Amino acid sequence: MSEIRYSKDHEYVRIEGDIAVIGISHYAQEQLGDVVFVELPGVGDTVAQGKEAAVVESVKAASEVFAPVSGEVVEVNGALEGTPATVNEDAEGAGWFLKVRLTNPAELDGLMSAAAYEDFLKTIS
Amino acid sequence: MNREGRGATAPMDTLSPAPTTFTGNRALDLEEGLLFEIGRAEVTGIDLEEPEAFSPRLGGLERTAPLPLPGLAEPEAMRHYVRLSRMNYGIDSGLFPLGSCTMKHNPRLNERMARLAGFADVHPLQPVSTVQGALGVIAELNRWLLELTGMAAVAFTPKAGAHGELCGMMAIKAAHAAKGEARSVVLVPESAHGTNPATAALLGYEVRSIPARTDGTVDAEAVKAALTPDVAALMLTNPNTCGLFERDVVAIAAAVHEAGAYFYADGANFNAILGKVRIGDLGVDAMHINLHKTFSTPHGGGGPGAGPVVLSPALAPFAPVPALVADADGLHLKEQDEGGTSLGRMSAFHGQMGMFVRALSWMLSHGADGMKQASEDAVLSANYIRACLMDLMSAPYAERPAMHEALFDDTWLEGTGLTTLDFAKAMIDEGYHPMTVYFPLVVHGAMLIEPTESESKASLDLFIGALRDLAMAAKAGDKDRFQGAPYYAPRRRLDETRAARSPVLRWTRPAPVPRAAE
Amino acid sequence: MRYLPLTPEDRAEMLARIGAAGVDELFADIPADKRLAALPDLPLHKSELEVERTLARLAARNVPAGSVPFFVGAGAYRHHVPATVDHLIQRSEFLTSYTPYQPEIAQGTLQYLFEFQTQVAEMTAMEVANASMYDGSTAAAEAVLMAHRVTKRNKAVLAGNLHPHYRETIATVCAHAEQPLVSLPPAPQGEDDLLGAIDGTVSCVVVQSPDVFGNLVDLKPIAEKAHAAGALLVAVFTEAVSLGLVEPPGAQGADIVVGEGQSIGNALNFGGPYVGLFATRQKFVRQMPGRLAGETVDAEGRRGFVLTLSTREQHIRREKATSNICTNSGLCALAFTIHLSLLGEKGLTRLARLNHAAACDLADKLAALDGVAVLNSSFFNEFTIRVPGSAADVVETLAAKGILGGVPYSRLAPEAGLDDLILVAATETTTADDRMAYAAALKEVLA
Repeated sequence: MSEIRYSKDHEYVRIEGDIAVIGISHYAQEQLGDVVFVELPGVGDTVAQGKEAAVVESVKAASEVFAPVSGEVVEVNGALEGTPATVNEDAEGAGWFLKVRLTNPAELDGLMSAAAYEDFLKTIS
Repeated sequence: MNREGRGATAPMDTLSPAPTTFTGNRALDLEEGLLFEIGRAEVTGIDLEEPEAFSPRLGGLERTAPLPLPGLAEPEAMRHYVRLSRMNYGIDSGLFPLGSCTMKHNPRLNERMARLAGFADVHPLQPVSTVQGALGVIAELNRWLLELTGMAAVAFTPKAGAHGELCGMMAIKAAHAAKGEARSVVLVPESAHGTNPATAALLGYEVRSIPARTDGTVDAEAVKAALTPDVAALMLTNPNTCGLFERDVVAIAAAVHEAGAYFYADGANFNAILGKVRIGDLGVDAMHINLHKTFSTPHGGGGPGAGPVVLSPALAPFAPVPALVADADGLHLKEQDEGGTSLGRMSAFHGQMGMFVRALSWMLSHGADGMKQASEDAVLSANYIRACLMDLMSAPYAERPAMHEALFDDTWLEGTGLTTLDFAKAMIDEGYHPMTVYFPLVVHGAMLIEPTESESKASLDLFIGALRDLAMAAKAGDKDRFQGAPYYAPRRRLDETRAARSPVLRWTRPAPVPRAAE
Repeated sequence: MRYLPLTPEDRAEMLARIGAAGVDELFADIPADKRLAALPDLPLHKSELEVERTLARLAARNVPAGSVPFFVGAGAYRHHVPATVDHLIQRSEFLTSYTPYQPEIAQGTLQYLFEFQTQVAEMTAMEVANASMYDGSTAAAEAVLMAHRVTKRNKAVLAGNLHPHYRETIATVCAHAEQPLVSLPPAPQGEDDLLGAIDGTVSCVVVQSPDVFGNLVDLKPIAEKAHAAGALLVAVFTEAVSLGLVEPPGAQGADIVVGEGQSIGNALNFGGPYVGLFATRQKFVRQMPGRLAGETVDAEGRRGFVLTLSTREQHIRREKATSNICTNSGLCALAFTIHLSLLGEKGLTRLARLNHAAACDLADKLAALDGVAVLNSSFFNEFTIRVPGSAADVVETLAAKGILGGVPYSRLAPEAGLDDLILVAATETTTADDRMAYAAALKEVLA
């Protein structure tokens, strides 16, 4: 049973054991429009909460993806290089960006649950 | 009796729909393949003799593989490029209201002058005794720029506006370094051109943003509050990107200097104030001048530009090499500054000479009186457009006079289901190049219209009429006219997502079609 | 004023529509005490005839290259440009158009840029090229910055025989960006230790071939050493015509190729505008600076072209852009691509052979003079001679005799202490008579 949490910058993190799967939310991909490129970190890099972990580009904008949690990168979704459209089609599934091994699981407590994120979206639209 | 077989011309009762043509052409709208599809390896359009026998001295580095560069005979080349040219919109074709880009008339006299053998066929490294007239052009251009800006020196080598920005900011960095100060922050207003933060970042500065106040201009108090001791410079465009004159500019400059920082002005919009005010009198320390905007050197489909930088007395010692020096023997070039204070070299050689000649030709043609009139006409035309469209389209900051640009946002499109882009594309069908869209970023769905001084009143009125008609159609719900637009251009809307997702950046020979199995 | 269509009546009507009493009201935001009444020190407007007279007087004070035997190169070369080229680049729709941000009405520009990119990639044997840079020197500086981004290192190594102006242009950017730079001393006969300067901290090594002295450089061992150290090879050329005869840098292992494209299609123009060429490998394309035209389709499925990968650019990424550059050298790139499509492979190869033959002939004639030594063992259309005494004085004396005989190296790099070297170029525009006149004049000067 996996648990999903969201940041205010519209990144999600899905917990699978001690591994966190990170990507951008369905709402974020809608706002970006057609994603054309994703720049990912290297396996073995460390990412820090709130700092840039990846870059996602649409035709008209390039946006930083901030790490919602800190950790060491154990895997990146290399398939996005060839088919960035996956981010639009299945942002919170096959369109994940990177997996990290959590270094500070307590960081998860500061993130929103799915229900809280839904409420948060209502306040900003 | 009609023996020619020619039918009498009579009005038809019903018009049949336009047929599809075999060639894909539509009369004067001509399709054209790629050079690589029409050229052939064995063809050349230039007659060159084989050299007499000689022994090569290439040191064993001769090319061995063929170069896949097809050739065209001269008539083919002429037709290829003429056909391509006809798929472009230029100032000579019609009103080109691209805000911030200043698409004014390009006099052909300037082209003729730049092609005089004494300017075009002169090498940058000839002995200076053989290029006194070319150096004279630079000297004369410098004189005009200093008179027009009230500044102390001109760095004439930067090759375009962004390059000039880099030069000006390097001068600022060098000036701080000369004082033994390492300042790390550059202030940039939210409404700035994207090149400003890019330039500051390239030089290692942290960029700090300054908000605008509700009337679209920068508040001197906001600048003062942001002027911490680590601030190296403020970069400010004036007139700003919303087309407004920064009326607190003198107080802003004073505050910047008070804090030991320098004031960089982006000169992209200098054409609005040419002959009306000198930026040196406003406290500016450095400003690049886009000769291709204010002084009408042709934009040429995206260059070449030229971006000389005027410097205040405080920054003049840090100007790049080469620098022009005059003495009793004539003009010289100081090409090195070993151990001096110069910021260094921006590029090989002495700048965009071909553009200097054109700009000087424009200056001489206009004179002091013509330049002032040009600024006034550009500003008058922009305000006239705004006044004639404000009842239909929403104009932010309209409580202040516009300078050379009329700014609208997309509030007025609310509820129509249409976007700024749709509106822009429909303008193409009306025979206009669209205005600048989605810039400045501080306004939602921005539409920035710059008519320049080159339009007659009849031309402005027709343009205003077309925009009014489009605006009313948008409000009346005629979505098709916009969302499908352009209908009449050489191409309909292009798929930019596809271009970016799997970039095809060059032609490659198509793979041979496999033969059917025997 | 012939360029201003508004009449006084028009202006009055427009002011009335705006609701302003006079044009000064529109300038009310300019502080009143700063507004100018006039510019008394500048002249008033002039007719076309008067402007022509003024500028023709200045032009007449220069010695055009075409009027004398001419052998000046060192980064800019005099070639014959066909009349067709100059006619076509003055077509209104090319000359007076803007950057193709509205692709539906800029297919002409976009298609020629796509063709230009392909030609540059083909002639350098690289995978992709951009839509041009300001010139060769600024392209070289951008190549160094790009290598820093790719390798995530920041120390470049410059070969000693890189054109001194290119070296200074790169050094200026690196100094202000606070990046270390290793610049080897010049070695006119190619005896420097470039390989020894490459280690695991280096982002790129920048090598010019033909180098500033005219020597052709074998890039392959340099590429090998650079790649082994995780660094990139940036190959530079200042004479694009050389690619008609010489092994292209892409075939020798270069990762980034930059060059000056002036030689093809563009006049000398006293130093500008020129056109920078920039090519690289496909895998680095998103780190490449400058504009790019790409192929796509329109809403009806027809082939068309757009500017693409523009998220690299400063108007979108602002302080995160790959470069601050927002202009290319469009019209000069057009001149380049038209001239090259007239040449084709056949013409370019023959043009290059003519250049090389002219230089070989001149080198033989000068080497035969007492006191003159040709330093090069290899060259394309430019080589270096050593003369007794001051090269600068020799060049001045030749000029006084009506011969523009080359560039004293000391003019480019006075600090190098190489005061007796002249860089001498010969192209298809020099005749056998010109070359004989040069040899005869130099003999007199040295006598």
